Formats: sequence, structure tokens, C-alpha cells
Amino acid sequence: MDFLERATETHLRRIFSRKQLKRKKNLKSMWRRSASFILDRSSNSPPMADTTQTPFQNPDAISAYYQTRAAHHGVITSDWLAQAQAAVEQPDSSVSDLGAERSFNVIDEFNGWRKQPDLAEAVAAIRAMAAVIRASEATTMMELEIELKKASDTLKSWDKTSISLTAGCDLFIRYVTRTSALEYEDFNSAKSRLLERAEKFGEISCKARKIIAMLSQDFIFDGCTVLVHGLSRVVLEVLKTAAQNNKLFRVLCTEGRPDGTGVLLSNELSKLDIPVKLLLDSAVAYSMDEVDMVFVGADGVVESGGIINMMGTYQIALVAHSMNKPVYVAAESYKFARLYPLDQKDMAPALRPIEFGVKIPAKVEVERSARDYTPPQYLTLLFTDLGVLSPSVVSDELIQLYL
Amino acid sequence: MESRRNPRAVVDPKVRQVGFFTSSQPDSTHQPDPIASESHPVASSISPSGNSLSPVMIPPPRHNSSDTFPLRAAAAAASAVSPSSFSYSTRRDFPDGSMTASPGRVSRASFSKPSSSLPGVGMDSMAAAKSSSVPASGLTTVSVVNMPPGLSEKESDQKKNSKPLKEKTTKAERRALQEAQRAAKAAAKAEGGKAPLVSSGSVASTNVKAAKPAKPSSQKNDVAVAAPGPSEKKGGQTEKDRKKDAPHPRMQYDDESRVVKAKRRAVVKQTEAKNRVELFRHLPQYEHGTQLPDLETKFFQLDPMHPAVYKVGLQYLSGDISGGNARCIAMLQAFQEVVKDYSTPSEKTLNRDMTAKISSYVSFLIECRPLSVSMGNAIRFVKNRIAKLPITLSESEAKAALQSDIERFINEKIIMADTVIVKHAVTKIRDGDVLLTYGSPTAVEMVLLHAHELKKKFRVLVVDSRPKLEGQLLLRRLIKRGINCTYTHINAVSYIMHEVTKVFLGASSVLSNGTVYSRVGTACVAMVASAFRVPVLVCCEAYKFHERVQLDSICSNELGDPNAISKVHGREDINYLDGLTNNANLQFLNLMYDATPSDYISMIITDYGMVPPTSVPVIVREYQKEHSLV
Repeated sequence: MDFLERATETHLRRIFSRKQLKRKKNLKSMWRRSASFILDRSSNSPPMADTTQTPFQNPDAISAYYQTRAAHHGVITSDWLAQAQAAVEQPDSSVSDLGAERSFNVIDEFNGWRKQPDLAEAVAAIRAMAAVIRASEATTMMELEIELKKASDTLKSWDKTSISLTAGCDLFIRYVTRTSALEYEDFNSAKSRLLERAEKFGEISCKARKIIAMLSQDFIFDGCTVLVHGLSRVVLEVLKTAAQNNKLFRVLCTEGRPDGTGVLLSNELSKLDIPVKLLLDSAVAYSMDEVDMVFVGADGVVESGGIINMMGTYQIALVAHSMNKPVYVAAESYKFARLYPLDQKDMAPALRPIEFGVKIPAKVEVERSARDYTPPQYLTLLFTDLGVLSPSVVSDELIQLYL
Repeated sequence: MESRRNPRAVVDPKVRQVGFFTSSQPDSTHQPDPIASESHPVASSISPSGNSLSPVMIPPPRHNSSDTFPLRAAAAAASAVSPSSFSYSTRRDFPDGSMTASPGRVSRASFSKPSSSLPGVGMDSMAAAKSSSVPASGLTTVSVVNMPPGLSEKESDQKKNSKPLKEKTTKAERRALQEAQRAAKAAAKAEGGKAPLVSSGSVASTNVKAAKPAKPSSQKNDVAVAAPGPSEKKGGQTEKDRKKDAPHPRMQYDDESRVVKAKRRAVVKQTEAKNRVELFRHLPQYEHGTQLPDLETKFFQLDPMHPAVYKVGLQYLSGDISGGNARCIAMLQAFQEVVKDYSTPSEKTLNRDMTAKISSYVSFLIECRPLSVSMGNAIRFVKNRIAKLPITLSESEAKAALQSDIERFINEKIIMADTVIVKHAVTKIRDGDVLLTYGSPTAVEMVLLHAHELKKKFRVLVVDSRPKLEGQLLLRRLIKRGINCTYTHINAVSYIMHEVTKVFLGASSVLSNGTVYSRVGTACVAMVASAFRVPVLVCCEAYKFHERVQLDSICSNELGDPNAISKVHGREDINYLDGLTNNANLQFLNLMYDATPSDYISMIITDYGMVPPTSVPVIVREYQKEHSLV
């Protein structure tokens, strides 16, 4: 009974909120003209790409990882995606040509893959590493391993702020080189076997998102309200699958300052006909009572079972925890990293430019960190391609993956 | 955590009560058991002094007893030392006070007179006693409660004399009574057999009889509660007891028969300390300083003991070797010597004979000092290697293989593990950190020195505690390297904690529920740190992990020399306790270890990397897998 009521109510709400949304858009455009609500300026069209192209205050310190993400976010519209896919096909083929040359560069290769907006950075790294094997002219396993190691080191040092890149490289090397069978074969067949494994690993990583989406379906019930933070491709996939399964649910999106990721996500969701409501980042506690669950992605899952994610996740998890709402994390297993931050400052800082829209006096400091660490006690479950895990199992899986 | 501690403090008296019963029932020669059990409800309702005695109040009776029995105490000889005599006495004087509640007892009459007249006098003394004992914490209250046993221990001598007689009579009576009971209802009989409560109404002898059958069950409970180890171990215990004469590593020292048995075969003759604290009676406590000369003279008589093992044992005994790693390495090196000098006796196989030999050595080492978990794991490794030696190997080959195995264990599991831990831990030290450490953990020392070598800028706070003052040693070594240090005692830890950014601790063992078993005081430091939201990092090699689960520091612990806390070295003016050390009213509790619950620990750094305390079982599992493969 209750359930039915709830469902109808949601349905009503859904229709209602769609209307609301339209109204809101008008409001927003109105606000935008007023100076006070200039914070909202990244709401509509392409401002995102704008932000990334604006001159940085300190170009060296900027996290490349977040740059990539920002670039992806700016263009993530589905139609653009198709175009990009087509465009990227070319460098792909040229890459294999490149492989034959002596001057093979992992970074170039990686950047080639990275441009594919639908490809996670770790998967791009995995593809790039596979290309390293393909292009390698080593004649012994030892040489090949050293080459791989070098390649992964350059990749890692290229962007130290990206957790999934580091984790992806490490896992790849583990996965590929830890086969006892390799020792008994001649080098060429061993190499092809390595390639095979590399391809397989890349495939597994690609499928991860689908698996997670399937796993999480049991947790999204009809009539529920989901709060999401940040633009995570996994979370989007989860919600998309849920919508395809005809689940009735409502999504609250945080705005996601400064790159407006929430706005982008709400655009995507509204295209899928999912009722969605935008919140200010600071309105999370205000609207937490109508939320049934919090869904976030992760930049990295660390050994303690906590996650490193876009700034604001910790805050939301704290609020949700204090109101007894479950916090679910969707993260592929290649984001599992052998890191163990003790507190927020115990990580390599990932900085990004922040636009305040008004001139900020030079004396005023700006916190530009792009991410925070959410300790495991505030998380309920992690949806990964290894299964639905409680935070304390992460360390178990990590030990098994890396040992 | 808190929820666990608080109720305990409140319930304390009840816990005590239970303890009395279990320990006393087996040996009860008198009738007081039933009274004791009855006393509480009755005391409040029936007795003349009932209105003044709250049902929970156990301390008052004790004072009554001590007040009312001074004569007897003086008259009695001051011998009664065996643990069993404690249990008599505990039970004895406890009911004494509550005798008021049971006026109808025949043999009681003589005792109960003085105590029933107590309300006036007794209350005064009680109040006085209360004022002295109230400020103490949970632990100390326990020890305070014990005082009467110690005191009445002497009184109970008197009872002891009468004990053999009584037992004879009871044996006869028991049969008659059993028959009588059989006639009674089955249910009532069962109850009568189990709980002295029921039979309390009858004659004194009945109670004795009733208490006896209760003995085995209560004892079993004791063991089950106190030693929640794997069942596999327990099975080994009985087997060992029968065959190999090796005392179980976690023998219950309040079990009289076992202690006697163990004493008979002991090499080291230790005099047991007289006044032991109630909660810690299951642990061995000896008077220090008595055994060493005795053992040294025995050196040439002990032909089965290998000199290397003997030497290590003596070093344990005198405290020359301390610290988990040092002890373990010393033991393993002694075993290497043993293996080197070993030759298989005729008509025996190396695998079996060597295992038996090692077992006997281990039992000797246990007599010198209880094993640490790390040593237990190392012994398990050695025995496992011996058992797995292929029979096809010749003796010399087998010996060489064993020696290299032990060598490898030392290198891989201890020395290499430490370097790996250092490598991990150093990444957590940043410039400007203020690191706190407690005691003198070797792993942490290596971490600090290495971080200093890497030119990290940090400050170290060494927190220390009496009586060992191990921190001073650490301090000396750190200062020599030019590290900026602050030294303080644990009393100041709550003051100093606000400036600390990270706490590094060592551990004697990490148990599979994440509990860290370490030098006493560690739990205190960890709790203060977590209250101040300072991350607590524990450095511990994986070979010290154990699959056991421990919830408190009571059931498995080690008692140190009580003299160490009764005297302050180098301070002649602090002599308040001079001449009181043998006082029956005074008990010293010098605990060696405590258990830190996993809630207070942010991270455990092991040779497998940095893991949260929740994944200790994973490490234990992986470690054992590796072990079985190796």
C-alpha cells in the first residue's frame, strides 16, 4: 500500500518537477543577470570548456587529471560523443604505425586514448601500456618488463595527481606479468600471450561500468530520491540503466562548483526523462531529509576503504551519515589504489583554477584543491565490478590484487 | 567502546561476586557458599542491619570480617600460600560479613555474633574504608576487594587444618546424601547439585557436597572464558599435559591441580608471589630474584637442556633480553644451535624426536618467562618445518635445511619486514610533524631514524612510564642522531597531545579483531590520541599477527615484578611502603601488557603494507597460506 502511494506520489512529483525545472531555468537566466547570482554562470551551455581554457594562475600546479575531466565534461553531450569517437579512430590507427617507429612515446599514446571522452583515464593508460608491449623491440622477458616499468613510471610521473592512472598502471603490470606460464614459452609466444592478457584486461575494465550498473539496480527502488554529487560516468550509467529498467526515481544534483558538473549531469538526466532537481552545494543538508540514498563516484578508492573524490563528497557523506542515509559509491576496481591517507592533507594536492566571478584581492588565499578524502566509516557500500563490497573489504581485495 | 566500558564499571561488584563463586566453590569446606549467594537479597530484607546495607555493597562485609577476626588472624600461622588458599579465604570472609543475613546457621552462630552486632561499629569502619578505596578505578577496586582474602588467608589456615578431616566425612556423607537426593525430585536434585543456593538451607555438609560436583563445571567455564583460543590448541593442551609435560602457554594459574602438576616438573623453582590481585590470579606471578642463583647452580645437572637454550632462558628471566623481536631472534638462534648439535638417538626418527626436544625447551622457556605471541608463531613455524622434512633426507641434510629455514625466518619475517615497514611508515612523515611515541618500540625507532636520514624535519615526543623507563633508551639513541626530542611521562599525555600530529606505536601482537596487544600504557596513549583526533599508526611485523580474539587485557597478560612498582629507584625518601610489601592487605599489580581496541587505531603498518585494523584477518589468512606453501 505504502509502496503504491509512494510510487504515485513520485510520479506526480516527477511531472511536477519537470515543470519546475523549466521554471527554474527561467529563474536562472534571470539570476544570471543579477550580479549576486553570478556563481551560477556555468549552468547552461559551454562555459565549462571556457573555464579550462581560461589562463591559469599557476599552470604547473594544475592537476592534469582534473583538466582532462573538465575537458570531457565540457563536451560530454551525447551527439558530440559520436563525433569524437569517429574523430579519435584516426589517431588510433596511426598509433599502431607509430609503434613501428623507434621513437615511441607512451605519453603521446596515452594522450591519444585519453581524448576519447567515454574512456576512463585508467583504461586509456591500460591501452597505452598494451601499445608499449606491441611496439617493444625487446628480445627477452626481462627487457620487456623493464620497458613496461619505465613506461608506467613515465605515465605516473606525467600526472601525479591522478589516482586511477597510477592504480591502472600498477594493476596492469601486475596482471600482465604475473603469469608463471610465461617462463616456459619462447619469447614471441610469451609476448603475444602478454598482449592477449593486456587486451583482456582492457576489456574487463571497459565492461566494469556496465557490471556496476547492473549490480546497483537492486538498490534503486521505485519512488526513491537519489542525491548525486559530481559528474561520474559510472553513476550516470547506473541512473541510465535504472531509467531503462523503468524505475521511478528522482535525482537531486548538487551544482558541483566550480566546474558545474552537477549542471551537466542534470542536463544528461533530463534528456533521459529522469526527474531531476538542482541544488546548491551548500543546500545538501537542507534537502537531505527528502533523500533516500546518496550516490557518488570516486576518483580513487584507498586502502582503508575510504574514497577520494570531488571536493564536497566528504561533506555530503558526513551529513548523510548524521541523518542515517546510506552513501553508495560506484567505482571500478582499477580505481583501487594502494594509498592510505590519514587525513585530508595527506595526499598529493590536486589543484584547479577556481573562478569566483568577482575580483579577489591578491592577499586573499583561495583553497583550490579539487578533491577530498571520505573516511570509510561514512560510506555504506561500494559498487565495484568485483561485487558489492563493504568498505572494509576493499583492503582485502587490494591485498589480493597486489600481493 | 564506551558502551562496553561504562557498564563494566557499574556492574563491577557483581562481576566480583561471580568470581568468588567460581573460585571458591571447588574448594569449599565450609558452608558459606550458599550464604554468600543468598546474602545479597537477604541482607537487604531480613538482617537487622539490612536497611543500612545496600544489596550491591560487597566491601562492607569485608571490613566487618577484618574487624571481627583480628584475633584469629594473629593466631594463625602466616603460611597459606597456594592459590587455592586464596579462594577459600575470599569466599570465607566475604560471607562473613553477610552472615548477618543468615542467622539460622548452626556452625555460623559463633561467627555471626560479632558481625550481627556490627551495624554500629561496622558502619564506621566501613565508611572509613570506603573513603580510602573510593577514588580508585575499576581495577583498583578489584584489588581492594581482594585485600580480605589476603588477610583472612591466615585465618583460613585454621580452616585448612580442619579441611582434610572434613573431606573424609564429606565423602561418606556424600553418598548418603546423593541417595537422599535421588529420592527427591529429579529437577530439584539437579539444581541442588549445581547451585549451592538450593542446598544452603540444609546442613553444612550438604553444601560441601553440593559444591564439589559444581567444581568441574565451574572450572571448565573458567578456562573457556579465559582462554578463548582456537580449539585446536586446547586439544593440544590435554595431550601435552599427558605426554610431554609441557605446560600450556596459557595455563590457568588459579587452577590448583594444574599448578601443582606444573611445579612438579618445573626446572625453574619459582616462589609464587603471595598477594595476587583477584582478576589476575590465572596468571603466573613469582617473586623475582630468587630463582637465578638457584638455576645457575643447576647448570650441570640439567643434561637434557641445551646450553644455548639455557642461556636464553636465563636471559629472559633476568630481563637481559626484552622486546618481542629480540626475544624471538634469541630463541630462534638458540634453536639453530640446538639443531646444529643434534643427533638422532637410535631407534628414533628425527622428525618426532626433534619436535619433542623443541617442546621441552619451549616449556623451559615458558617457565622463565611466558611466551610472546611472536615467539609462539616462530615456534609454530619451526615445528611445522620439522614435521614437513622429507623422510628421504639424511640427518645432516635435514639439519642444514632446518638451520637455513630458521635463518630465513629471521631474515625475511623480522629483519626484512622491519625495513619494509620503515619504507612504508616514512611516507607518512611530513615536514613539520610532531610525532609521539610511547616506550621504546624498535620498529618505530627505525622509522624515526630513517626519516631523519631523509632530512625530514620533525620533532619527536617520547612518552615514557615507570617502572621500566624504556623511553629513556630510545631518547638517548634519538638525541645522539640529532633529532629534536621532548621527553615526558604518561601522566602528561593528555596535556601534550594537542601539539602532536601523529602517534607511532609498536605492538607485541595484533589480534584478528584488530586489537593491538602492546606494552601497558599503549591503550591509554591511543585513546587520548583518538580523543584529540590524532591518527594512531601501529608498526608491527606480520609474524606477530595472531588469529586469536581478545576483548580485554585480563584473560591473557603477564605480571611483572611487584617490587618494581613498590619501590622508586634512587629515591630513598619515598619509603612509605617500606615494610608493607608483605602485608596481606596490600597487593601490587604490575601488568606488562594491555589491549588497545581497534577503534582507536587508524592504521597498522606491516610488511604487507599499510592496512586498516579491519583487515588484520586478511593478513593472518594470507600469512598462513604462505606459511603452508613455504
